[in-house]
Amino acid sequence: MVGVKSIPSPAISADERSHEVDHPSSEVTHFGNEQPLRLDCGVDLSPFQIAYKTYGVLNAARSNAVLICHALTGDQHVANVHPVTAKPGWWETLVGPGRPLDPQHYFIICSNVIGGCMGSTGPASINPATGKVWGLDFPVITIPDMVRAQAMLIDRLGIDTLFAVVGGSMGGMQVLQWTAAYPSRVFSALAIACSTRHSAQNIAFHELGRQAVMADPDWHSGGYADHGLHPHRGLAVARMAAHITYLSDAALHRKFGRRMQDRELPTFSFDADFQVESYLRYQGSSFVERFDANSYLYLTRAMDYFDIAGDHGGVLAKAFAGIETRFCVVSFTSDWLFPTSESRALVHALNASSARVSFAEIETDRGHDAFLLDVPEFFDISRAFLQSAGKARGLTSKDD
Amino acid sequence: MSVQEVLPLGGVVTGQSGQFRADHVLVAEMVKPGSKVLDVGCGEGDLLQLLETRGIDGRGIELSREGVNRCVAKGLAVVQGDADTDLVNYPDDAFDYVILSQTLQATRQPKVVLENLLRIGRRAIVSFPNFGFWKMRLQLLVGGHMPRTENLPASWYDTANIHFCTIKDFVELCDAIDVKMERAEALDLYGRPLRLRMPWWVWNLFGEQGVFLLTRGGRK
Repeated sequence: MVGVKSIPSPAISADERSHEVDHPSSEVTHFGNEQPLRLDCGVDLSPFQIAYKTYGVLNAARSNAVLICHALTGDQHVANVHPVTAKPGWWETLVGPGRPLDPQHYFIICSNVIGGCMGSTGPASINPATGKVWGLDFPVITIPDMVRAQAMLIDRLGIDTLFAVVGGSMGGMQVLQWTAAYPSRVFSALAIACSTRHSAQNIAFHELGRQAVMADPDWHSGGYADHGLHPHRGLAVARMAAHITYLSDAALHRKFGRRMQDRELPTFSFDADFQVESYLRYQGSSFVERFDANSYLYLTRAMDYFDIAGDHGGVLAKAFAGIETRFCVVSFTSDWLFPTSESRALVHALNASSARVSFAEIETDRGHDAFLLDVPEFFDISRAFLQSAGKARGLTSKDD
Repeated sequence: MSVQEVLPLGGVVTGQSGQFRADHVLVAEMVKPGSKVLDVGCGEGDLLQLLETRGIDGRGIELSREGVNRCVAKGLAVVQGDADTDLVNYPDDAFDYVILSQTLQATRQPKVVLENLLRIGRRAIVSFPNFGFWKMRLQLLVGGHMPRTENLPASWYDTANIHFCTIKDFVELCDAIDVKMERAEALDLYGRPLRLRMPWWVWNLFGEQGVFLLTRGGRK
């Protein structure tokens, strides 16, 4: 008999998860039937809610607002203890006292994307028409839909022009969508480790993840909530596969090599003999504690559909024609999910539009995840870009 | 191309905002305040910083990643790119001036690069080391080896400068591709302009480098 230790069940019950879905511990704003969200798929979503966090104070001129856009599995808890995992905020390396985005200088906003599962309306929310969880009845959403919802939030907060929109990965896609859709409302844009379109390889990885979720019998064609279940095995496999794409061969080798997990010799089983296996299993099982499986399907789909050039007759530069936003584009040498070539294509299009753009490629072996990690060169560049934009915007900073 | 790698120049003068190279000060004087400038091969952004102090909207392209990142960390709008391959991405008339400082001789296709400069910019400012400088000539004539100077210390086998020319050569190229010279300056070994008006052949002999303000010709 071969020993098999499967991925453990989550420690948090479905009830605890669903509480954050409908009643987030962060701020939340509701949009009634008179303010529907016009979705790209043709559906008017209403009513809906947006959960968000803010840090710092909006100045009298309302000119210091920064919108942070989160990545695929991120949420609004940028720089505070996470209400579900009790871990620190996901971008405390960039946001916080003394950091490039210091709440002492900026009014920082981050909202959970539409389709998410941390308080903004998504497939895990209750459909008011039926009183049941939306599940797959939730309309398919896109990156432009996410940005449209954010713009409605920004309107409600009384902010006309954002000083900066900042984000990495899927967050970077939202940054670019902001500049394409609302160029006059974005003074500066910091787009990190992202692309103007999702590549075939990335769509392929997403499809792998979705199929893993759908292959879990607990998925019940998306109706698992009605059965009191959650397809945590499928979702964990999806996360494990995705997590590999966030790292790099060199980073995995440096971190784990072929080292064994709490043992000297192979067990001749399918147990997690290698540290890298144990790490991936942990990544998978901890992820399902805080994330909804259907939400994962919807958000990966939104990324797949993203193609700014496609929305502008196939010519990327047209999306940015005449734009006055100041751009800073950052890529990482070992990122093979959103490689530098994607950023370079964006920069070429911005150059063709005569946009003011800075572009830096940062050398690191930490892969796509580098944007979330402690990479000093990245912080120096982010800080300088924001300070320079702040000067142009008339913001005074103590750091200057 | 990092300027420092290609050409470690002396001749630093004190500007209002600190120390600026004499040839940079000369270039900056050629740019009208309030204009939009692209600095091709901007190194670590010294010239762009100088231009910024004069209210000029400057952008840069730099080949070396280290140079780019230092520029961006100074808050400058600089992108990583190659003069030979990336200028084609810029639209016509995108800038008032395009500057190519001490980089022409390191490009693969100087003629194409020069044509692109004057397509993207209404004016171009080009500076390069003059291979007709008397010290160069003397070394080739007397020493019989490829010249090396204080400012160009690299040996022929490891230099980044693959297309040396003289001031005379450059003047002829400009004429051949219908580029008009609005202003020309020759600089001495310390980057100071040779203030006296002299015939071309004198500059070609005594100018260590040439700086030219160019505009499109009217022949076409």
